[in-house]
Amino acid sequence: MLFLMLTPAVVYFIIFHYVPMGGVIVAFKYFEFDKGILHSPWVGFKNFSFFFESGQAWLLTKNTILYNLAFILVGMVFQVGVAILFSELGGKRIKKFLQSTMLLPYFISWVVVGSFVYGIFNYEFGSLNTLLRTLGMDPVDIYGNPSVWFFIIVGFYLWKLIGYGSIVYLAAIMGINPELYESAELDGANIFQRIRYITLPLLKVTIVIMILLQVGGILRGNLDMFYQLVGNNGLLFNTTDVIDTFVFRALYQQGLDLGMPAAAGLYQSAVGFVIIISLNYIIKKVNPDYALF
Amino acid sequence: MRYSRSGTVAVNTIKKTDKLAFNVIGYVVLGAISLLCLVPFLITLSGSVTKDSALFEYGYRLIPKMFSLEAYELIFRTPEVIVGAYTVTILLVVSGTVLGLFLTAMTAYVLHRRDFKYRNKFSFFFFFTTLFSGGLVPWYLVMINLGLKNSFLALLLPHLFAVFHIIIMRTFFTGIPESLGESAKIDGAGDLTIFVRLYLPISLPALSTIGLFIALTYWNDWYQAMLFITKPSLIPLQYHLYKIFNSMEAAQIVAQKTGMPVAQMPTETFKLAMTVVVTGPIILVYPFVQKYFVKGMTVGAVKG
Repeated sequence: MLFLMLTPAVVYFIIFHYVPMGGVIVAFKYFEFDKGILHSPWVGFKNFSFFFESGQAWLLTKNTILYNLAFILVGMVFQVGVAILFSELGGKRIKKFLQSTMLLPYFISWVVVGSFVYGIFNYEFGSLNTLLRTLGMDPVDIYGNPSVWFFIIVGFYLWKLIGYGSIVYLAAIMGINPELYESAELDGANIFQRIRYITLPLLKVTIVIMILLQVGGILRGNLDMFYQLVGNNGLLFNTTDVIDTFVFRALYQQGLDLGMPAAAGLYQSAVGFVIIISLNYIIKKVNPDYALF
Repeated sequence: MRYSRSGTVAVNTIKKTDKLAFNVIGYVVLGAISLLCLVPFLITLSGSVTKDSALFEYGYRLIPKMFSLEAYELIFRTPEVIVGAYTVTILLVVSGTVLGLFLTAMTAYVLHRRDFKYRNKFSFFFFFTTLFSGGLVPWYLVMINLGLKNSFLALLLPHLFAVFHIIIMRTFFTGIPESLGESAKIDGAGDLTIFVRLYLPISLPALSTIGLFIALTYWNDWYQAMLFITKPSLIPLQYHLYKIFNSMEAAQIVAQKTGMPVAQMPTETFKLAMTVVVTGPIILVYPFVQKYFVKGMTVGAVKG
């Protein structure tokens, strides 16, 4: 009976996860729709060499990693900071209200966030330029300026996830034994000392685990976010294109030459796999408590 | 004696000013962040009730320059479009959440049973898919080969299972005393009965949190629709909104249906009003579901 109850999940994972794993052979083929995966001709590593020689591979890898590093770093600082403020401040009702507003962005889709971004930055009547004009300054053309998008994307990443992330850390802070704080207070420690010597050291485990989880996925780009904020605006690709958006566009727009995007996807998966396995191996050696699996 | 007393007084006042300073700074910082979180919503709402021509002239503002509901009128002049998208999304959210939740819990139930010999092997079978995947292209080809293009299942199937949810659910079940299932077994109940009759009812807190996660995923999804759906009657809400923002075609369809020339349409405020119509329900249910969400999340975080 237990086997029977497991069947739907097993069948599902075979069809939608394990069969596509076998399907990576597309990356080594010249794919033709009418011939299907199995009967399309083999081309060896041609798709890979095309992907690497076009210079795309390097740019996409660099962007993906840089964005993820920024997300990890900025996200951690702000989320931990907000969590600590929430844990130390009084005023239950106000806190609840503030927490609710911060969590609100987590609930809406990236499509809606994309519409917000457009509303703020579009040239003719976006809020930013409206404000600049009111102040008597020249409007700025954000959608034609690739260099600022790094900050916009990191900013909206933070905007959407600050509430969610801080709840995770707040839960960890709430798990700290309150007696520690009481005795520290009796010993004359002020609020900053308590944060510095109790909260932060005890949050270390949670912080490290959260960081490791994210580092494990450092080659994965959040397609939802990048695609909805930037879309198909080729002007911005140099600073905003990540592996996932590249593969998605190739699939969606051309729909024919699937060999190269498949190769890009396999490259991402394989290197990502090596990263996470070696990361876990190293952690196990250094400190098994932090091991991911 | 006198010295030490004044000493404590001094320390206490320092502590009080510390605390006061911390509170002031803390509230200002948190208040500013909350405000920033809220502003985009307000600008969009304000823009959606502004006259289109005023929007062109004065830009997006916090308070509408010239109040007008013309954009909403335009949306509801052809209600069948938005009602259709709503229907698809609601059907998707309901069926996806119910089915996904049941299957996730059932899988987690089996994996948590200590007497199930292969539980570690199967756990690894599921977990491995989070480490390595074939990538988008092979997965896309599988979906296409199954004939899922332009079918409701193309929207439903991709989010049915998430390994993360199975793990949370399994952790939750592990916290339930095993004796519960065992005594029922002695009374002759089968595994499925024990799962449905005993485990599901006492797992409501975990189920509601994961259900919320699943529902949110379905509600906010545009991606599957973009890849697999071209049939207008199957377009869900978010993809509908995406198309309005990103293609001229959407405005032309409205023009065709209403007989209003595109040039005369409040195209910009129309986009904003559509954003409001699409986001509204989430904001309305948000205060009620938020509580469960936070509770469940913290439980999951503590337990790992």
